Amino acid sequence: MHKLLHHPLFRPLAALAILLLVDLFMIPGFFHLEIKDGHLYGSLIDIANRAAPLILAAIGMTLVIATRGIDISVGATVAISGTVAAMLIGGTMVMENGVPSYVANTPMWIALAVAMGAALLCGAWNGVLVAGLGLQPIVATLILMVAGRGLAQLFTDGQIVTVYYQPFFFLGSGYLFGLPFSLFIVAAVFIVTALLLRKTALGLFIQSVGINPVAARLAGLKTASLIFFVYVFCAACAGVAGLMITSNIKSADANNAGLLLELDAILAVTLGGTSLAGGKFSLAGSVIGALIIQTLTYTIYSIGLPPEVNMVVKSVVVFLVCVSQSSEFKTIWRRAFSASVKGNA
Amino acid sequence: MRSFTSSPYFTSLITVFLLIVLLGAGGAAYPGFLSLQVLFNLLIDNAFLLVIAVGMSFVILSGGIDLSVGSVLALTTMICAWMLQTWHWPPVLVIAISLAIGTLFGAAMGAMIHYFKLQPFIVTLAGMFLARGLCYLISINSITIEDPLFVAMSQAQLSIADCFISPGALIAVGTLAVAIYVAHCTPFGRAIYAIGGNEQSALMMGLRVARTKVLIYAFSGFCAALAGVLFSFYMLSGYGLHAQGTELDAIAAVVIGGTLLSGGYGYVAGALTGVLVLGSIQTLIAFDGTLSSWWTKIVIGGLLFVFCVVQRVMTMRGNKK
Repeated sequence: MHKLLHHPLFRPLAALAILLLVDLFMIPGFFHLEIKDGHLYGSLIDIANRAAPLILAAIGMTLVIATRGIDISVGATVAISGTVAAMLIGGTMVMENGVPSYVANTPMWIALAVAMGAALLCGAWNGVLVAGLGLQPIVATLILMVAGRGLAQLFTDGQIVTVYYQPFFFLGSGYLFGLPFSLFIVAAVFIVTALLLRKTALGLFIQSVGINPVAARLAGLKTASLIFFVYVFCAACAGVAGLMITSNIKSADANNAGLLLELDAILAVTLGGTSLAGGKFSLAGSVIGALIIQTLTYTIYSIGLPPEVNMVVKSVVVFLVCVSQSSEFKTIWRRAFSASVKGNA
Repeated sequence: MRSFTSSPYFTSLITVFLLIVLLGAGGAAYPGFLSLQVLFNLLIDNAFLLVIAVGMSFVILSGGIDLSVGSVLALTTMICAWMLQTWHWPPVLVIAISLAIGTLFGAAMGAMIHYFKLQPFIVTLAGMFLARGLCYLISINSITIEDPLFVAMSQAQLSIADCFISPGALIAVGTLAVAIYVAHCTPFGRAIYAIGGNEQSALMMGLRVARTKVLIYAFSGFCAALAGVLFSFYMLSGYGLHAQGTELDAIAAVVIGGTLLSGGYGYVAGALTGVLVLGSIQTLIAFDGTLSSWWTKIVIGGLLFVFCVVQRVMTMRGNKK
């Protein structure tokens, strides 16, 4: 029992369970799943589907935070990759003899590759600034955060680029074996990342960089290339999230795509039990954290509270989680607890 | 030469030089750009940003960061508009209350940062969510302000030598002057620099670190609220979407003004040059007419990059000595 209570995933899972329990009583038919046209429908599927981009961003952010870093340019990267994909695939409606035709401007695979390339470039830029020049991560990624959306708007001339190419929509709203395709992408990214961290020494290396970068370097780790790698990886995750969001809303909006996504991702990682001070991290925890955020949003909308409450609730949750994680709070708690035990004895 | 480039005021001088180049280029390209009124307009349009940047300077000098300022600004415009339009309270009382709320908000975040040893980044991030959320709880729509005092303040033009300046701009400059005095001539100011340099040492020197840190964030909250009041003079409305991303502009202004983001190094006056550089970039782009507004963001990002690299090179050189 004691072991269970102190498992790192206990608290995030408990939070999610409580939320789901609230939903069970507050929202009729919350756990109801049904099959329509061979697709599985239901609130749970909906939540998971909508959480997909956030989960991707949170997976990337986990590794960055594990090295004591932070990446606040995730939203800008989402905007850039989404915009590039939307423009290459078919942003402009082509008129041929007065008949609008919706042909992809560039073959979809090339477009996706170029969009991912753009995302990787963003990651490499952040990586060079943090690992190469040694800038503080928040400052280094702030630069891309400020300029990234400007770049995306520069590509599109400030317009919202609409996509009219059916196969591309599959990425965000398609179904495979009755489940949303986005869930398969998320599962693939999660499994590959988890295997990479567990089966190779990469996870251990990242953890040691987070706990003490100097000691890690003295122990012979190539800390600079490791840190470079996590920023590129985080941007790659953001790139996929950008493709997914663009495909889902069938357009790319350089101004609003992925707005505040970095903050939600950081929140998800924190909720999942990863310490912002680096070192210990939990990939599964971040996924659960992202699900908590999405469930919370869904709950607030469904219960009938105004959507505006969402931000207030989120911020209160961050305050509570942060305070409960701090060692000062734990000391106070323990002191109060042991005092009451002594008092009883 | 070497000693010149590594002197404390070097980056600040670069910014002043940059500002002169920007204004000079504007004056050479567009007739009428170099008039006194254009300079005053820079101040009038960016008064709220200047006030926020002053508060942010204190936070950054102490080695922290405050991401909540933009939302606190929006919250202040919302509270002002709400109290004036719904309750019809006297405007001076409304302003006093909103300044107090901003200050308390900042102080609460400062207390959390200090007493629970939390990262300023995450606490003020949550504060940013909270303040924006509270805006929407008040109203999701924009509220127009029709109070006579606010309208008078927004229309007032104080003439100085054929040109005019708004009361808001004067308040901003006044705030800057007070902040410069506090930062360089008071024990509180010296404590800020000491904490930014090394918090451990500051504590061992017997400085009141706890009180100073809470006060720094309280001051930043106050500045954000004051900026909110100026912003509502300027816009005559309260709206939850006001000033989105202003915290980043303020950080950019402080960095471009020559303050080191790792703390303990720089001048509060840099906030003014930083804000003026950002403002003149915007004005240049507006005068040009062919360039679109997103170029502003790209240029600001580029400038941030250059200044961060310069700072980094300087500190590396400093460490080698």
